[in-house]
Amino acid sequence: MNLPVIDARGLACPEPVVLTQQAHRQHKQFAVLVDNKVAVQNIARFCQNRGLALTVTEENGEYRLEIAAK
Amino acid sequence: MKKYLGIVLTGCAVGAAAVVLTLLGNPGNMGFCIACFLRDIAGAAKLHSAAVVQYLRPEIVGLVIGAMIAAVAAKEFKPRGGSAPATRFALGAAVMVGALMFLGCPLRMVLRIGGGDLNAVVGLVGFAAGILCGVFALNRGFSLKRAYSLGKAEGSVLPVGLALLFVLWLVQPGLFAFSESGPGSMAAPVLAALAAGLLVGVLAQRTRLCMVGGIRDAVLFRDFYLLAGFAAILAVTLVGNAAAGRLLFGFAGQPVAHTDGVWNFLGMALVGWGSVLLGGCPLRQLILTGEGNTDSGITVLGMIVGAAVCHNFGLASSADGPTLAGKIAVGIGFAVVAVITVTNLQKRGAAK
Repeated sequence: MNLPVIDARGLACPEPVVLTQQAHRQHKQFAVLVDNKVAVQNIARFCQNRGLALTVTEENGEYRLEIAAK
Repeated sequence: MKKYLGIVLTGCAVGAAAVVLTLLGNPGNMGFCIACFLRDIAGAAKLHSAAVVQYLRPEIVGLVIGAMIAAVAAKEFKPRGGSAPATRFALGAAVMVGALMFLGCPLRMVLRIGGGDLNAVVGLVGFAAGILCGVFALNRGFSLKRAYSLGKAEGSVLPVGLALLFVLWLVQPGLFAFSESGPGSMAAPVLAALAAGLLVGVLAQRTRLCMVGGIRDAVLFRDFYLLAGFAAILAVTLVGNAAAGRLLFGFAGQPVAHTDGVWNFLGMALVGWGSVLLGGCPLRQLILTGEGNTDSGITVLGMIVGAAVCHNFGLASSADGPTLAGKIAVGIGFAVVAVITVTNLQKRGAAK
């Protein structure tokens, strides 16, 4: 299945989380691309607070976060 | 609760270090103040000629270098930049105009409340109002667009340059200006100031401590992580100042502060709004500079130039209150921030 993908690479705090929040309102399942650990941690905290399932994969310093409603 | 441990301990360390630095000689409720200290550095480097605020504050050097050491150790020294640098420079200057209207950055605002200065509570209300303006913008698609990876050398220019300036100041102090009276003449010993800066720099890098982020994330995401650090600083400075016999509640006669509520409110509102657009408070900009973020480095340069302009043109407040020129400058600052907000609202398409 092709997930909707949000490209948040290079964006400053807290834009990746803002985009994640907006995507969460539109989609049950989606992916976010980020390129720094702070963004990963911030989105992970967002998912934890909302009870969302999160899988993170890293490749060459870039991260793909797949998020789904539990 | 475990996730809060690091940020709360960092807040406690910042609060304790701030109280100790004031006991060792820093001005009242000014253990740390990023705005005041950048202004003092601008004065020490003779970028402005206000004789009472000239001193090369080692705390700032410590914060940036501490953050750099922590970032290198954690493999997080990843230089990046290119996200609207000229806009960030302007926002940094506007934030400084607001901070010098109030007489403090968001961190000093918390330290002032922790010393019983009720003017800073008025500032906090303005700060929160400014943050709400910024959050409104973020929710409507405000973005300074993306940054890109840069080389290690590029990311090192500002932290290393600051360290070299500090070494030059140590070996050739005659080149620099030193206040003989006023806040710039009040300072903790160099080593203590440097050590406190290094400690806080390391901790703030690890925990991402940010004064504007606390209220912003609580409003935007109901996330209280950063706000916990903010609260810890306040709690420890209240207790520390009480223990040191320096806790004095009131509006009048507070150290390096004035009692004009309207302008304390507006000054910090400008700081809050500008800082949300920048992605972090002045402290966070210093920490990110240490991580090799040149956008934050440009912001810090904007703050330094803004501070020099404030003192060269009589915009900064003093204990006597704000100046007319300062009030006009805060008005211009709001106009600048508003135009930047409106012109950087991005049309966001649906996810691809």
